[in-house]
Formats: sequence, C-alpha cells, structure tokens
Amino acid sequence: MIEHAETIVHGAEWTIKHGFVYPNEFIYWGITIVMYPYMTGLVAGAFVLSSLYHVFGQKDLKDMAKFSLVFSLALLPVAMMPLMMHLQQPLRGIEVLFTPHFTSAIAAFGIVFTTYAIIVLSEIWFVYRKYFVEQSIALKGAVNTGDQVKRVIYNILTLGAYDISEKAVAKDHKAVTLLAAIGIPVACFLHGYAGFIFGSVKANALWMSPLMPVIFIMSAVVSGIALCMLTYIIIMEWKKFKAILAKGRGNETVTVIAGVEMDVMKKASKYLLGFLVAAITLELLDIIFRGYTAMKSWDILREVMFTEDFTKIFILQYGLGNLVPFILLLLPKLTIRRLFVSLALILFGVFMMRWNVVVGGQAFSLSFDGFMHYDLPLIPHNLETYREGLFGALTVAATPFVIFWVINKIVPSLKEV
Amino acid sequence: MKNHVLRPLWVAIAFVALIFLARYFLVPSDFGVQGESFTYNYHRKSNVQEWKDFQVKYLGSDVCVVECHSENGESLMASPHAIIECENCHGPGVDHPETEEPAAMSVDTSRLLCIRCHADLNYPGTARAAIPGINPDEHNVDSECVECHNPHNPDLEEM
Amino acid sequence: MSCSRRTLLKNAVKGCVAASLPVSAFKFLSPAEARAAVGDPAVRWGFLVDTTKCVGCGMCVKACKKENEVPYDAAVTRTWVERYVITRDNKSHVDSPMGARDGFTDQKIDKLEIAPEDIAKAFFVPKLCNQCENPACVQVCPVGATYKTRDGVVLIDRKWCIGCGYCIMACPYGVRFFHPKYKVAEKCNFCYHRITKGMDSACVHACPFGARKIGDLKDENDPVTQVIMNERVAVLKDEYGTKPQVFYIGLDHNVR
Repeated sequence: MIEHAETIVHGAEWTIKHGFVYPNEFIYWGITIVMYPYMTGLVAGAFVLSSLYHVFGQKDLKDMAKFSLVFSLALLPVAMMPLMMHLQQPLRGIEVLFTPHFTSAIAAFGIVFTTYAIIVLSEIWFVYRKYFVEQSIALKGAVNTGDQVKRVIYNILTLGAYDISEKAVAKDHKAVTLLAAIGIPVACFLHGYAGFIFGSVKANALWMSPLMPVIFIMSAVVSGIALCMLTYIIIMEWKKFKAILAKGRGNETVTVIAGVEMDVMKKASKYLLGFLVAAITLELLDIIFRGYTAMKSWDILREVMFTEDFTKIFILQYGLGNLVPFILLLLPKLTIRRLFVSLALILFGVFMMRWNVVVGGQAFSLSFDGFMHYDLPLIPHNLETYREGLFGALTVAATPFVIFWVINKIVPSLKEV
Repeated sequence: MKNHVLRPLWVAIAFVALIFLARYFLVPSDFGVQGESFTYNYHRKSNVQEWKDFQVKYLGSDVCVVECHSENGESLMASPHAIIECENCHGPGVDHPETEEPAAMSVDTSRLLCIRCHADLNYPGTARAAIPGINPDEHNVDSECVECHNPHNPDLEEM
Repeated sequence: MSCSRRTLLKNAVKGCVAASLPVSAFKFLSPAEARAAVGDPAVRWGFLVDTTKCVGCGMCVKACKKENEVPYDAAVTRTWVERYVITRDNKSHVDSPMGARDGFTDQKIDKLEIAPEDIAKAFFVPKLCNQCENPACVQVCPVGATYKTRDGVVLIDRKWCIGCGYCIMACPYGVRFFHPKYKVAEKCNFCYHRITKGMDSACVHACPFGARKIGDLKDENDPVTQVIMNERVAVLKDEYGTKPQVFYIGLDHNVR
C-alpha cells in the first residue's frame, strides 16, 4: 500500500500526454491556480469599485461602495485559499512571510497581500466605527447572552475609540478617502503582481509577456465589478421580493427599490464596459504580436490556440464571455434580467481567460513537440483529487458568500448606517 | 483626547511585530545569504551538509573486484563486459561489504537487462549498431540469455 | 570609490580567513572541512555528455533512481534519455518511455513502426539538470528552499520547500518534479553526496560507454574541462540565458 502511494506522481492523475513530452512534465498548476488569480482579481476589482466612490466622489456608486468594500473583505481570505490548497506542504505556507526570497514574484505577494488586507480592514473600521460605537451604546445593559457577546465584539471592534462627535467622524471620513486612494494602487499592484507571477516565467512561451500584469489588472477589475454588481442585483431582488410579499406588488417601496437598483446598475455597467474594452484590446494585442513576430514558440502556440484549445479560447472566452455580454450591454433599453445574464457571462469569460492562461500555458510541452491535456478531476476519490479538482474549486467559490454572510451579521453593508 | 485615527495603524504594527516574533523562533538561525548573491545563495546553510550526508548506494567495481571478488575479476576484465560496472547487474552494494549478507544482493539475469544493449535497433552510424545485437522477438524467445551466455565472458566461442 | 571599498572589504575578509587558519588547524579542521559548509568555491562542477557514445541502454537512469531513492515505478526521474529518429522525409520522432529507465529495446516509437530504410539518422540524448550558472528555478523560489552551492550545484532543501511548484514551471528543461514520497520539489543534483566524496555521480558511474562525464570546470587539467575548452561543444536552450553547465558533444538541431 505504501509502495503504491509512493508511485503516485503529482499531476499524473489529470494529465494526458500526447506527442513528445519530457518525462517530468505534468499539469502541475491546475484549477487551484486558475482560481487563485480569479479570486485575487475579484478582491482587487471589488475594492477598486468601492474606491471610485470614496476617492473620485462618484456619488452614483454610493450604495455599491459600502457593499463592495465589505465584499472585498469577504473575498480576501479566499484569494489565499486556492494557494493553500495547491501547496504540497500547506503547513509551511507561512514561510513566505518568514524568509521571503524577493526575487520571486510569489514572495513579495505575501507582503503586498498583507498590506492590502491591513488597508481594507482599516478602511472598513473607519467606515463603520460610528456604527460600532452606536451598537455598543445601544446594547448597554443587555440581558440575554447573545446580546452581551455582541456587545463585547462591538467593544473590541471600536478599539477603544468611542468619540463620535462630528469632528471625530469627519476625521474618519478623511481617513477613508486617504485609505481608498492608497488602496487603488495597492489593489492594482496586488493583481498586477499575480500577472507578473505568470508573465515572468521565461520558460513558458505562452505566459512570458510584459503585457501579462496589465492584462491581469484589467480583467481583474472587470470581474470584480461584475461580481459586485451581480451580488448587488441578487440582494436587491431579494429585498424587492420581500417587499412584494409584505406589501403587495404595486406598493411604492417596491418601485423605489427597483428604481434605485436600475439606476446604480446602469452607471456601474458603464465602468464595466470601459474596463472590458481595455482588457480585450490588450489580450488581442498580445496574440497579434505573437503571430506577427512568430518566434520559435509560435508554431506550437498557434497549434494550441487554433486547434487544441480553440473552443475554450475563441468560443467560450472571447465569444461567449466577452463579445456576447458586450453586445447585450450596449443594446438599448437595458433590463435587469439582461444585465444579469451579461454579468454572469462576463464572470465566466474572465474565468475562462484565467483557465486559458494557466492551463493553456501547460497545454504544450517545453519540448514544443507534444501536448498535455488537462482532465479536471470531477468526483474526488482522495484528498489530492478533491484539492485539485472541481469540488475544491467549488468550495473556494462558495466560501466568500459564507464569509460575507458572517461579516454582514456584525458589519451590515446593505443597510443605511 | 488622543487621536483615534492612528489606532488601526497600531493594530497593524502589532500584527507585523507578531510575525517578526514568530519568525525569530521558527526560522533556523543558519538561514541567510550564504555567498555573494541573494538571488542564488539564500538558504538554510546546514542543508548543504544534509545532502552531503545522503547515503551512497553504488560502491563501484574497484571496491567489488579489487577488495573482495578477485575470483570473478580476471575473466571479466578480459572480456568486452569489463566496461560494465558490477552493480549494474548485481544491484547496488550499499551495506553488503559490512554485513557480507549475500541475500542483500540481487543479481538481475533477465533478458530485459541484456537487451538494453543487445536488442538490435538498426540505427546505422550509432554506437548501438557497433554492439552485437539480436532481435528479441526471434532469438531464443523462451530462454534466458544466461542459459547460454556467461555474462562475465559473453563470447560463445571462448566459453 | 565603491571599488576600492570592495577591495578593502575583500582584503579584510582574506585577512580574517588567514588569521583563522592556524586556529582551525589547531582544532584539527582540514581546510576542506572548513569550506565544506557551503561548498568549495574553488570547484565548479560541470558535466559532459557525448551523445555519439550513448547507446540508449538506460543504465544511468536505473542507477540514478536507485542511488537517489526516486520511487522506481514512478514516471518521474532525475535523469532520462531521449531517442531521436529522423526519417528521410525530415520528420523527427522522439520518445523516452519511463525516461528510458529500461532502455530502448523496441524499434517502435509511440506505437509507430519505422522501417530501417526510412531512417536518415538516429541518436540518443541523455538529459539531466544543467546546474545553470543563472538558475531560473532558484530565482523564482519564494522561500529560499532551493539555491546554488559555491561549487555550482543547485540543491533543494526538503525541510523548507513549500511545494508551490513555481520552480518546476520556471525550469526550461523540465528537470524538476514533485517527489512522490517527500512531496517537495526534486531534481538531479549531480549526486552531490557522491561528488563531494570524490566519487562520480551514479549515472556517470553506471555508464559503460563513457557517454557521461563529470568534472571540475575550474580545474584546467580536468579531462572534462579539457574537452569543453578545446573541442566544439554545445548546451541546451541557451536562449533562456540560464547558462547551462551540462555540455554536449554531437548535439543536433532536432534535439528539444
């Protein structure tokens, strides 16, 4: 049994080779590494969306801002999750902070990520400090244990700063603006960095491109905005549904909610379109440039792009994930339903882009003479196929919503505070 | 009233301090740049010695023939198979000289071992073509090579 | 200014070393032992592969796996041998089943039977870690778990590697893999435990035909250095700027 376990090679279970592939080559970076830049991108995008309001005073995004900030916090630990699931020695992951080898793109990621987490947490603290204090006061003298526990939590969250005079709150607002301003470059850096992790691998013909970090930032913002909008729609629809149940379909509250929802979404979708155009332009530039310069690797890259992965790249990513939602968003008389479909497609498109970069980069051998097909483990039959399989990815995808639900109990992001 | 704006900063600094404290206790003291370059020489120093202490498995024909098995040495050294290390067929010697445990050695007398060199691949101009070769699918398929050929002196005419 | 400061520093270091020499002699530490901690900087290990001598027996791969405790039946290997058969229609057929652990005993390549008269040329190419002067794999390790010793060999710290696989991605030669037992990055290290004891690496030792040789590139009289200096040799994929230290005789443009 032990003998058998020793012959299981990491990657062999989901790699199908054909042509001449070096013996040690397998798809070492599978779906976990697809999820990692995807989740990081969502974090960065969500934060940028909230900053648009705080820094650039885009008043139309006010309702979105608070929500996307808290959602960005919920996504934060999840960006780390696929990495931890991917590591062969997850318990040693902390070494990235202990002995960072800064010539590695991953080493500095630990530091940038920590910095970013501190900024997001601080910003949320400033936004919600007044609320924490109010809650702490309101819960004073509470009798039941639940409320007492809640009060202790709020007391800790105030960090002992109970001053909610106008002057103090004004200071909070200033700090929020400052942090949001610092946060934008850090968020972009965080994600550009994820792009650099791939772009700097000179051994990989598909990844190596100076455009990679910029492409990653753009598509990150696209996916982040799209996810925030999508979640916002779901929450508003739920509110509307509850209002209808309580007060009937024709009630004024229902119309107000629907009106606010549409208004916010229309404006947010304009930003979305802008970033989408930038992302697609850069990606196409990358492909055209590779084709025109036709370096040694182009033969195999062309084979991968136009034959092996044609459906994934041109139909699913560019077609279904970019072109279709692009048209849907530009057509007049935008409805929430159409918007919803476009957003879901955009999220899917960005996911496919990550997939095509990460898995596509390993679809061909370093020998340029063979291919590797990634056979995603669907039903897990051991820990390895769970971590590196569909169910692992689904766990990662579901976690931010669970975290958001928990955080939202303490830090309500959907109510007027 | 103290300025409350800096409070998150203190929390952040405390967090970073915690990491440094943990680093102090958990990182081996010999970790650092062991040479000129941070790029290429940043590591735990004692790991070099750990690799040097790795167990050697193959001792070499010199040890086998000169020190103990001279009885096989003479004929072998005169044959074309002199270029083949004893342990290529007899398996790595590791502890064998100390324990003198014959059972620890496992000689491979299979056809598969012989045809690594002697299966004729028909590649003109290669070193492989210079070695006497057979077609494994036709040449005495059911027999082991050692039934007729003495690996220590393989030439049939000299046997 | 900075130059003179460097010279000063160097002299200071030399002085310290000189001053400490009698002390180390007193402690019965040989100079070799004193230097041993991080590898001897007076040595630069290099490798020479003569592809014209290789017959594709795969004894090197077998010996390597046993010497270095790489699970024998696992598909991964520290060293491997590739077979190239170029047919008259200028197509190249390449394979390396199980890394040639059992040699090449069949004419079929990837189930394809090639008639002897169609073969224009055929040859075998052993591959192993190039112990690059500028190893890309070391550059990208996030935690300092892989590094270059002073004598030029790239090692992996099994107790510190987090298993992210970034080094595996960064190597243009595909020499790295995850060790099935230890779950950390693994690759050829020129049998560091053997060469530092004055022995040849296991593959060199096992090769009956002298197709593989290891030597000290800083020693002009070393036979390997002599060949690299005086004869025409090539390296694999020099376009990556990694400066490989495994040199090849008889390399063909078809070699991947």
